Amino acid sequence: MHLAQMNVARLIAPADDPRSADFIDGLEPINSLADGAPGFVWRMQADELDPRALIEHVDPMVITTYSVWESRDDLWNFVYRSEHMDYLRRRREWFEHMRDPYAVMWWIPVGHVPTVPEGFERLERLRTQGPGPEAFTFRDFYEDAEATAMPRHISS
Amino acid sequence: MRSRVNRLRGVRDDDLDAVTHLHDPVRRALYDHVVAQGGGVARGQAAAAVGVSRTLAAHHLDRLVEAGLLESGFQAPLKKGPGSGRPAKVYRRAPAERSVNLPPRDYTVVAGVLADVVETLGAGEQAERVARRAGERIGAGHAHEPVDAVLRGRGYEPYADGDAMRMRNCPFHALSQNHPVLVCAMNLALCQGLLAGMGEDPDAARMDPRPGECCVTLTSINNDD
Repeated sequence: MHLAQMNVARLIAPADDPRSADFIDGLEPINSLADGAPGFVWRMQADELDPRALIEHVDPMVITTYSVWESRDDLWNFVYRSEHMDYLRRRREWFEHMRDPYAVMWWIPVGHVPTVPEGFERLERLRTQGPGPEAFTFRDFYEDAEATAMPRHISS
Repeated sequence: MRSRVNRLRGVRDDDLDAVTHLHDPVRRALYDHVVAQGGGVARGQAAAAVGVSRTLAAHHLDRLVEAGLLESGFQAPLKKGPGSGRPAKVYRRAPAERSVNLPPRDYTVVAGVLADVVETLGAGEQAERVARRAGERIGAGHAHEPVDAVLRGRGYEPYADGDAMRMRNCPFHALSQNHPVLVCAMNLALCQGLLAGMGEDPDAARMDPRPGECCVTLTSINNDD
């Protein structure tokens, strides 16, 4: 099994506004960092030819990031233990504060390519029912029984 | 989790038992050496550093593993082929936290609750400002002292990495697991305040996280003056 994650954020200023410039400028280096990170499997791209393009959902101010990883540790080390962290630290410069959960993860079969509606369904489940095996967070994490029964070098 | 709590003391007996294993001065010196090296320490290396026989070092290192203070593993020899010998047994610090407070104290629960409050309110910016001021107050009490000694005294375990100073230990590790962005941002602000309070350049501290270490790195700090 692989770990899928999606998060949503609401921009304070439009993507082409100077207030969003540092964030937009960071997309290419940080996405490259993800692509080369240990355990990285896949990420959704809005436009394969334009690394600065954002994945919008319904509202152009609401953007998402969506990716698949081999394990919790791999995702954790990219999100919190790499240069990505400094962008998280500065997130309030670019994004509104959200009271609802804005990041969700769930297990998918190896090779499955998740869709945007699937991600929003998982996020909605997390928001309405709280964390469970189908939709969870780093803090309330659910191991996949099949994945944990096998050593990683065999399962991946 | 295995956990015996002494009802009279309110302290985990496991923790108390583990800490008593450090009473022996040789054992304690071996533990300190393994920790300072950041792991991967072989028996002969530890014995030489502490000035005891390899056999005695091996005995104490294995007792520290039994006590849950160290972990052991095997490292392949550097030379390959016949005559290169068996993989070497190496030691590193165990990740479990041990804490003994008498009288019993528990600050982590309160810290976690307060961190939840800050995140619910979206008050990270204020938390960083307060952390910076706290760092300035601490730093003012250490003006003109060497930066690495002050950081070591606060549990960061600094070490030189080229021109930079990195830190092996996060003193706020348990809290940072549930609130990584808030705690790391506050830690950076605290370190910057600490430097400012000591009369150093606060911008020498910057966010540069790596797996298993503190998220802050210090650059261009002159320790000679």
